[in-house]
Amino acid sequence: MSAKEIRAEAASWLERKERSDWSDTDQAELDQWLARSTAHEVAFVRLQSAWERTERLVVLRPLAQEPRAPRRISPLLMRVAAAGAVVALLGAGAAWFALSPRDRTYSTAVGGRETVTFADGTRIELNTNTVLRARMTTDQRVVWLEKGEAFFQVKHDATHPFVVMIGEHRVTDIGTQFSVRRGKKDVQVAVTQGRVTLDAPGIASQAALLTQGDVATATARSLTVTRKSQAALADDLGWRRGTIVFRHTTLAEACAELNRYNRVKLVITDPAVARRTIGATFRTSDVELFARVAEVALGLHVNEHGDEIDISR
Amino acid sequence: MADRTETGREAAGRAMTAPEVRAWFVREVLPLEAMLLRYLKHNWRDKSDIEDLLQDIYVRVYEAAKKEIPAAAKPFVFVTARNLLINRVRREHVIPIEAVADLDALDVAIDAPGPDRSAIARDDLRRLQSALDRLPPRCREVVVKRRIDGLSRREIAASMGITEETVSAHLTDGMCALADLLYGEGRP
Repeated sequence: MSAKEIRAEAASWLERKERSDWSDTDQAELDQWLARSTAHEVAFVRLQSAWERTERLVVLRPLAQEPRAPRRISPLLMRVAAAGAVVALLGAGAAWFALSPRDRTYSTAVGGRETVTFADGTRIELNTNTVLRARMTTDQRVVWLEKGEAFFQVKHDATHPFVVMIGEHRVTDIGTQFSVRRGKKDVQVAVTQGRVTLDAPGIASQAALLTQGDVATATARSLTVTRKSQAALADDLGWRRGTIVFRHTTLAEACAELNRYNRVKLVITDPAVARRTIGATFRTSDVELFARVAEVALGLHVNEHGDEIDISR
Repeated sequence: MADRTETGREAAGRAMTAPEVRAWFVREVLPLEAMLLRYLKHNWRDKSDIEDLLQDIYVRVYEAAKKEIPAAAKPFVFVTARNLLINRVRREHVIPIEAVADLDALDVAIDAPGPDRSAIARDDLRRLQSALDRLPPRCREVVVKRRIDGLSRREIAASMGITEETVSAHLTDGMCALADLLYGEGRP
């Protein structure tokens, strides 16, 4: 077989490996193919290493060319669920908080990521620094997001709705994929597919119905729903692939976001620096690259000491 | 490899783990590709052989590294290249005079300093950017959507009005072209 043919085969393996449905069986087949000859292995290593480097490409893309995600933001777009669509069980909700031996707790460390698949087919992906308690029984499907962020792919079951509790807030699925992020003072729910309802006690007496593309932010006193394009939602969920996407993001926000994933913290004290914007994609772990981009592309000063990286003018 | 009958690890030298060999190969050998290609093109008349020669050199180097990582990558790679060319010349009973002459000059060439690694690191981003810019437009669009915007194969197909198979074809082309651009500074 010629080098060209082997290369084409290696590329085809790599392309398949990059897809989301890559399985253990696929990996075993690839391993076999690699073991069959060193020529295969070399061709694959060469292509893969080049391909992996392209992750860094975007940082030099001029901001002017940044494709602006069309964000149609309608302030306080509240859709009220048809009465009866959701069983309002705020009182009963309190009972769920009692720890039960059937509960299982899942957690990730800073920088960690984990996927849990339940017997009913529901999948939950935990982002960095997350704690989630789950009660998945034959008659109840409830999870408590104690802290952090998770993406849910729920197998719909009309008789056993899937419920996510975030403090006082409750998200009930109506057949869907969505993410929930618990901040210090707010809760953010983004729906990528299907519909959910969001109960925000103390704000609205009825649950808000969220459909595909809706991003709801609820605090103790307010609930806002904005709408995002699929591309913008995909950016927000970049962490599922280990990446963070910044589009016209201020350095302050970008640093805060990267800091969620890393032990080494980025620090900006100068407000003028904090306000500058960046458009780039990073691996969630790539603090070093971020610092280098700040230095080389933005012409800032970077000072590393201990577990801190200071960025200044 | 006709002239290589075994690939097992020998007692001599520390046996390398697969990730170690891989990392060494990516770090030390692949950056030499542009130089190696120039050397091969200069010393081998039939240009259609170049890809296969390059692969054979990589295979030999990689297999040697599995047993023991060579102390200095650059001389090792170029000596391997020269030996391979000499073997080919003998086997094919062709004697390209100019090739032999240049092969002798190799000893000097490998003493010259290799690309400065810190310079490579500094240029890395720019190099990546220009590699991307040199991809054919449709192929680049697919690569950017996949790699930078993080869209799935299906999403890319829908957004460009092409089939998922076409997306895959662009991606595999893009993977090959990017490797050539990044390591070999592009194939003619």
